[in-house]
Amino acid sequence: MQKHDHSGHSALIRLEGVTKLFDNTEVLKNISLSIFEGDLVSIIGPSGCGKSTLLRCINALEIIDGGSVTVADIVLDRREGTNVSYSQIEKRAHRLRQSVGMVFQTFNLFPHKTVLENVMLAPVVVQGMEKDIAREIALRQLDKVGLKNLADRRTDQLSGGQIQRGAIARALAMSPNVMLYDEPTSALDPELVGEVLSVMRELNAEGMTQIIVTHEMQFAKDASDYIVFMDKGEIVEILAEEFMVEHPKDERTQRFLKRIMSVGREDINNG
Amino acid sequence: MVKKLILTIVLVLCTYPTFAQHVRPENIIRFGADARSGAPYCFADPHDPSKIKGFDVDIIHALAKVMNKRALFVQNSYEGLISGLGRNNYDVVIDGIVITPEHLAEVDFSSPYYVTHQTIVVPDNNTSIHSLEDCRGKKVGTLTGSEAFMFLEKFGGLTILSYEQEVSGYQDLLNGRIDAFIIDAPVAIYYVPTVKGLKIVGGEIDRLMYGVAVKKGSLVLRDELSAAIEKIKHNGELRKILEKWKLWNNNMAELTEDYAPSENEPTEYNSFVEAMNRSISWQERFDRYLTFLPMFGRAAWTTIVISIFSMMLAMAMGLILAIIRIYTPFKFLAVAYIEIVRGTPLLVQLLLIFYGLPNIGIKLDPFMAGVIGLGLNYAAFEAENYRAGLLSVPRAQYEAAKALGMTRWQSLRYVILPQSIRLVIPPITNDFISLLKDSSLVSMITIIDLTQQYNLLATTYYDYFGIGIQVALIYFIIGIPFVIVSRWTEKRIRQDGRLRRKRPGLKLIR
Ligand SMILES: Nc1ncnc2c1ncn2[C@@H]1O[C@H](COP(=O)(O)OP(=O)(O)OP(=O)(O)O)[C@@H](O)[C@H]1O
Ligand SMILES: [Mg+2]
Repeated sequence: MQKHDHSGHSALIRLEGVTKLFDNTEVLKNISLSIFEGDLVSIIGPSGCGKSTLLRCINALEIIDGGSVTVADIVLDRREGTNVSYSQIEKRAHRLRQSVGMVFQTFNLFPHKTVLENVMLAPVVVQGMEKDIAREIALRQLDKVGLKNLADRRTDQLSGGQIQRGAIARALAMSPNVMLYDEPTSALDPELVGEVLSVMRELNAEGMTQIIVTHEMQFAKDASDYIVFMDKGEIVEILAEEFMVEHPKDERTQRFLKRIMSVGREDINNG
Repeated sequence: MVKKLILTIVLVLCTYPTFAQHVRPENIIRFGADARSGAPYCFADPHDPSKIKGFDVDIIHALAKVMNKRALFVQNSYEGLISGLGRNNYDVVIDGIVITPEHLAEVDFSSPYYVTHQTIVVPDNNTSIHSLEDCRGKKVGTLTGSEAFMFLEKFGGLTILSYEQEVSGYQDLLNGRIDAFIIDAPVAIYYVPTVKGLKIVGGEIDRLMYGVAVKKGSLVLRDELSAAIEKIKHNGELRKILEKWKLWNNNMAELTEDYAPSENEPTEYNSFVEAMNRSISWQERFDRYLTFLPMFGRAAWTTIVISIFSMMLAMAMGLILAIIRIYTPFKFLAVAYIEIVRGTPLLVQLLLIFYGLPNIGIKLDPFMAGVIGLGLNYAAFEAENYRAGLLSVPRAQYEAAKALGMTRWQSLRYVILPQSIRLVIPPITNDFISLLKDSSLVSMITIIDLTQQYNLLATTYYDYFGIGIQVALIYFIIGIPFVIVSRWTEKRIRQDGRLRRKRPGLKLIR
């Protein structure tokens, strides 16, 4: 299957030897990973292993300290010997962020704006889009996530699930190459998780490339093309087949999976 | 929002000349004087306090007429009269200014238009003091920094007590704390009759010559004035004015070699003493207060306009300072500004801007100096309000904006600032109420605001109580709408906070 070829030749996203330091401790250690157009990738792993940091490095919210990140045609190269100034890197990072959508665990729609205005803001401000066109696009995205009828609501009149779907629409309005989600359902009441996940399923069906950090194992298993298991800043194992999720090779993966399967998601962060 | 604010300020600065008396046709001569310096020099008419009267006022009008000009009064505090000349706030000063070597070092004088002396005031029942010699070994009061003070120090042999106001001196005379009070004869002539239990005894002490002061080096104007003085001396105009004010004296007779006995009634003097001595009923007092209202209205308008413009400047500057402090590497500049401004008295800053800056070539008219002084001072406080507001917006909001591809400035402009603005409205409104009150300090830089108007009227009638209550009430009433706005927004934010706190992720402030 071409889609699961990890040799890295025509990947949409390519991480090569990525390292990231916080206060001189390596939070990401030599991470290499390729993700192809249309993939839905889940990232799992114990708390503090660097999942969020990895996502934030992909959309350059954090600038990597070593290795390189490529998203479509934008390359952030921080390998030894490359001679790119830091301000150059920041300029590219800014461009990169415009082409990568991200949804966070904490609810962060802009509370001083309506749902519609939230979705319109970045296209108008960042891309300089005409307001009328931006509104049309925003309404289309809101329709996609099932919020069109709530377009004029203020964000404090929304449920958590609606907020997260709004956040997805807001990111989609920038027509990103890839969508990143950092535990998008972790702050939700259980009955609201489904509506958010089903939006992601739909996007997957439309061919959107998506990376999700999650503790929803069932979703990861059912919907992802493959699961990346991380521990202590490293990729331990990539579980590409249904079969492997049930029978991981690495012992650490086995232990982690066994625990989340039996305990339930609330306790994972403590492990 | 920011653009609008800056735009408004620019517009305001463009329209501001309507507030300053800039336009000055050739045929106008502006004279500086302090209407609070009291009778008989330059004071608000007790019969109609919107009118400025005085023998100095009459004389300058007479001089102007000879010079084919029109005299225009410019209020200035007595202490700042000389320095106001240097600032071109007016062309001449006439307010009982004595020609002394010290004054001559700073300004030029016309030839003297009036000559007088110091005189001794004692309690009614005193019989032992008739001259300065009799005062030896006694306690003698005089005004702080007056000519008399220096003269008495040289004379020696007596204990000198100095007073800020002649009223306090008179009070101590009556109380027996001092034995005699020594003061310029014109002041004694006017105020002794209004205080029961005092009298003027002889003793023409010292010799005081009043001159019209002009800016150092304005020799043409000086000579024109001197020529005009010569003229009214000889055509009897000067004598007529002085007799009207009961100020014609031996010195003047010598000066003009006109020894004829007085023939004109002292009408102005009589009218003043009558107004001051009349005990008035509550009804009359109330009616008098009503006549103050137009003046207080104008003064209140000045207070409001200055406060609003200052606040707009403070809000714009404060925002810039807060942004520099939080988001730029020049944080230390903003911090230094804020700490220095907050650590020094507003009054000192105002005096520095108005009287100090001209030394380095920056001359601001009083209105501008007031707005800039108050505005820059309050900017430091507003900066701290904005800072609290900006920092209280959750970091997640900034991250979300950044992840959408916004630059720092875009996220500040479209995401952070709008959210913090509503949080800073209540503290800013509160500050505006303080500013309204602090604006009373601009009375120190010659602006006739509410406080200055209060001072003018109160010194005219020696009525600090009734008029004071009136002014306090006006300040209070002006503040009420802002108190309401502040309460209302505070309440709304608190309600919003309760609503929002239910939701995780949207942390609320306070
Ligand atoms: N801004 C930061 N400064 C310093 N250390 C950080 C920072 N962000 C993350 N870290 C550290 O980096 C490590 C990885 O953090 P990260 O948030 O990526 O973990 P995670 O896998 O997402 O964990 P969780 O499941 O709890 O969200 C942690 O040890 C964390 O303490
Ligand atoms: Mg995380």
